[in-house]
Amino acid sequence: MTTLHINGRAYPVAVEDDTPLLWVLRDTLGLTGTKYGCGIAQCGACTVMIDGTATRSCQVPVASIGTADIRTIDSIEDDPVGRKVVEAWVATQVPQCGYCQSGQVMAATALLKRTPHPTDGDIADAMTNLCRCGTYNRIAAAIRQAAG
Amino acid sequence: MDRLLAAAPNRGKDPLELQIEAQSAVALMKPDGVSNLSRRSFLGFGASALVLGALLPAMPVRAQTAAAVKPGTRVPAFLVIGKDNAVTLLSPFVEGGQGINTGLAQIVGEELDVHPSRFTVECAPPGPDYTVINGLRMTGGSLSTRSSYPLMRRLGATARDMMIRAASATLKVTPESLTTEDGFVIHAASGRRLSYGALAPTALALPPRDDVALRDPASFRYIRQPMARLDVRAKSTGKAVYAIDQKLDGMLYAAVQHAPNQGTLVEAIGNEAAVAAMPGVHSVHRLPGAVAVTADSWWRARKAVDALSVSWSAPARSGLDTVAADYASDGMLAALKSATAAGLPAERAGDVAAAFARAAKVIEADYDAPYLIHGQLEPPSAMARFNPDGTLELWAPNQMPEQFQSAAAETAGLAPDKVILHSPILGGFFGRHFLYGNATPFLQAIQLAKATGRPVKTLWSREEEFRMDALRPLSFSRLRAAIGADGRPTAIQARTVGEGPLSRWFGAVFKDPVDRSAVEGVTGKPYAIANRAMDYIKFPHPVTIAFWRSVGHSMNDFFYEGFLDEIADAGGQDPFALRMELLKDKPRHRKLLDTVAAMSGGWKRGPYEVDGVRRARGVSMASPFGSETATIAEVSVQGGETQVHAVWVAFDPGSIVNPAIVKSQVESAVALGLSATLFEELVYKDGVRQSHNFDDYPILSRRSMPTVHVEIVESGAPMGGVGEPGLPGVPPAVVNAVAALTGQRIRSLPLAKSKLGV
Repeated sequence: MTTLHINGRAYPVAVEDDTPLLWVLRDTLGLTGTKYGCGIAQCGACTVMIDGTATRSCQVPVASIGTADIRTIDSIEDDPVGRKVVEAWVATQVPQCGYCQSGQVMAATALLKRTPHPTDGDIADAMTNLCRCGTYNRIAAAIRQAAG
Repeated sequence: MDRLLAAAPNRGKDPLELQIEAQSAVALMKPDGVSNLSRRSFLGFGASALVLGALLPAMPVRAQTAAAVKPGTRVPAFLVIGKDNAVTLLSPFVEGGQGINTGLAQIVGEELDVHPSRFTVECAPPGPDYTVINGLRMTGGSLSTRSSYPLMRRLGATARDMMIRAASATLKVTPESLTTEDGFVIHAASGRRLSYGALAPTALALPPRDDVALRDPASFRYIRQPMARLDVRAKSTGKAVYAIDQKLDGMLYAAVQHAPNQGTLVEAIGNEAAVAAMPGVHSVHRLPGAVAVTADSWWRARKAVDALSVSWSAPARSGLDTVAADYASDGMLAALKSATAAGLPAERAGDVAAAFARAAKVIEADYDAPYLIHGQLEPPSAMARFNPDGTLELWAPNQMPEQFQSAAAETAGLAPDKVILHSPILGGFFGRHFLYGNATPFLQAIQLAKATGRPVKTLWSREEEFRMDALRPLSFSRLRAAIGADGRPTAIQARTVGEGPLSRWFGAVFKDPVDRSAVEGVTGKPYAIANRAMDYIKFPHPVTIAFWRSVGHSMNDFFYEGFLDEIADAGGQDPFALRMELLKDKPRHRKLLDTVAAMSGGWKRGPYEVDGVRRARGVSMASPFGSETATIAEVSVQGGETQVHAVWVAFDPGSIVNPAIVKSQVESAVALGLSATLFEELVYKDGVRQSHNFDDYPILSRRSMPTVHVEIVESGAPMGGVGEPGLPGVPPAVVNAVAALTGQRIRSLPLAKSKLGV
């Protein structure tokens, strides 16, 4: 039995140690806002924040997490920075199919928490998530808007 | 000679223009080509009835139902208005990012007099009310808005009239004394207001009138406005629910391992008992061309299915009838190039032979484009449950509900009306979610639900999706041009060899031996080249092929427009000026060229220097899906790698519903077109696909995204498509820019495989 600390709550989970956090979130806990895209940390659809760092949850075994603070898209609006990011996403009309956007919003939130006024280079370095609809320019515009 | 002199009709017809009777639309539910498929045991379900057109038994039922209902007319089939005045629109189309839900809310809301933001739009269940594209229902071909625009306006206006008549009876006043305002009927004289929600039970029971006047477009408040999409907040907060997110009580999760060689079958499983004993595993299953494990979580199911030690039957050693052990995409391309069959005329005009005989110069070039995956970011999944009342309930991503319902009924051994199909929003599609033989998990979900007696969700890992996705076909065209003494082209000839998805999957209805989806973009060009002989040579692929955003245009406009720049170079002409010259009688196209030139600061081919790096520009045009585009791309080449800095698109879809969504769609199409131009290629070698995930099949990332400038030109021409047309101009504009910069003419995509120097 492992206890995970997700969005400010403790969740006891009984899964194999090597189970990726992504599948605990989605299947064990029903937190399906975090998406599966590739399973090899290429696309970033599964991005969550672990102790404030954007992390691809498909490559994080539950046993490696310990008591770290996990934040997912499901509670994004409880975070003041996350709320600003969401409002910028809406104002900029970023999503199309929307499937990658949970991960994009998490990566952007983590970026702005660490670097409130990112340069274009900071955005390029931090925002490596894939978007098959090609919303990259609107994502960058929304991050700049959220940064104010 | 006589044959060449007689102008043949342009076969580049749009499906919208093809008269599809309800009866023949039913035939669309049957996968094409029994004769074709009989030798295609590689489709995996092999001898099973499924691919062999066994959807036929469903036809009489469907045909009768279809005849009884005039699609798009029964208001209660489309509108549900709650007591709280919330409006739900049941849409014939599925939302997959293209913004159709918002567009429909604008169109219906305009006439119904309800603000679009108060709509909830859901994909309707299968049913004859929704077969609104000439008796057919699908989401594809960039057809949704343009095919349903008049019908959806009429639906909204008819419903509003029903509200007014119901209010008239309730208030005992004349209909003429009533007006409406955002979901209310108002009697100004007495100051009384009734909500649509309060009126709906009586209003929607009234017989609809079929002669209701539509709004004067000059008074539109919602149509043509850049209204916010209905789904952005849910999609920005993780609350949007896709097929992959669905869950049922008592559900098992299934993971699958497909045969490494498509079309081979399970012969033995070495460690079945050991795998069945793994944690959480419910059962191990043999499926056509696959093995599956069901478990209490998908991760456990996947670990178990990956642990299975499976012996597969051997593929055919050689040949192009199946994906043989030696099948290779470069071998297939060589076969297309060396095909000697006579072509069928896809487009004919003038006297090509005479023009070539008189030519001052003749040029010829071979162009090709590779197999591509769809790469929609949501991996395919499907959920199936057999209900106690004898129905089968399904949740499956799809672009054609009736097609899936029929196939599900056949697989389950049920009548189609016993299949309840839910069509969730799609995490991208780009053509992925038609029924392409066994390239879908939903038939497996049904089989596993049947075998286990439990609801089952089957999810394909990204690796299985790479193994099974139906592909944008590899294609080849050989182009020849005659150039006069004045440097202008006098004749053009093409041999396009390959196979299109239209004849593969919908040949039952589109019987034309010239597959439009294989030649579009080499045919249907607007240029005044008087003598044309564009031929199509059908050469079936052994692999599963698919529609892919902009279909044949995704390759063919690259072939044609790349070659047109070669014509310009050979004749000593500027490629922009030559296009203008060849369009001197086409004001719509000239306006687009003028617009795109102005957007980019005036046409300049280059090379020129920006910050010490040489750049150049290329131009192209395309006429896809009833719309027109002109595109300019600016590139540099650094370290042998192409960097695209900016893309400008002037886009004329005739008329529009939502300019913001139109611009987003063009931006998105540019990104996908660029991804294909620069990076993408699915290679077959030794009978197997060489890419497994996004690490060995790179797609466009932020790093390679240029600025994209879109300007909409509303010419007033009949409404064209929006989702796909932004794509076809991108590959040729980029390749033409690379040629201007480097002198290297790239005739084979993607650019990543060519060594480029400046």
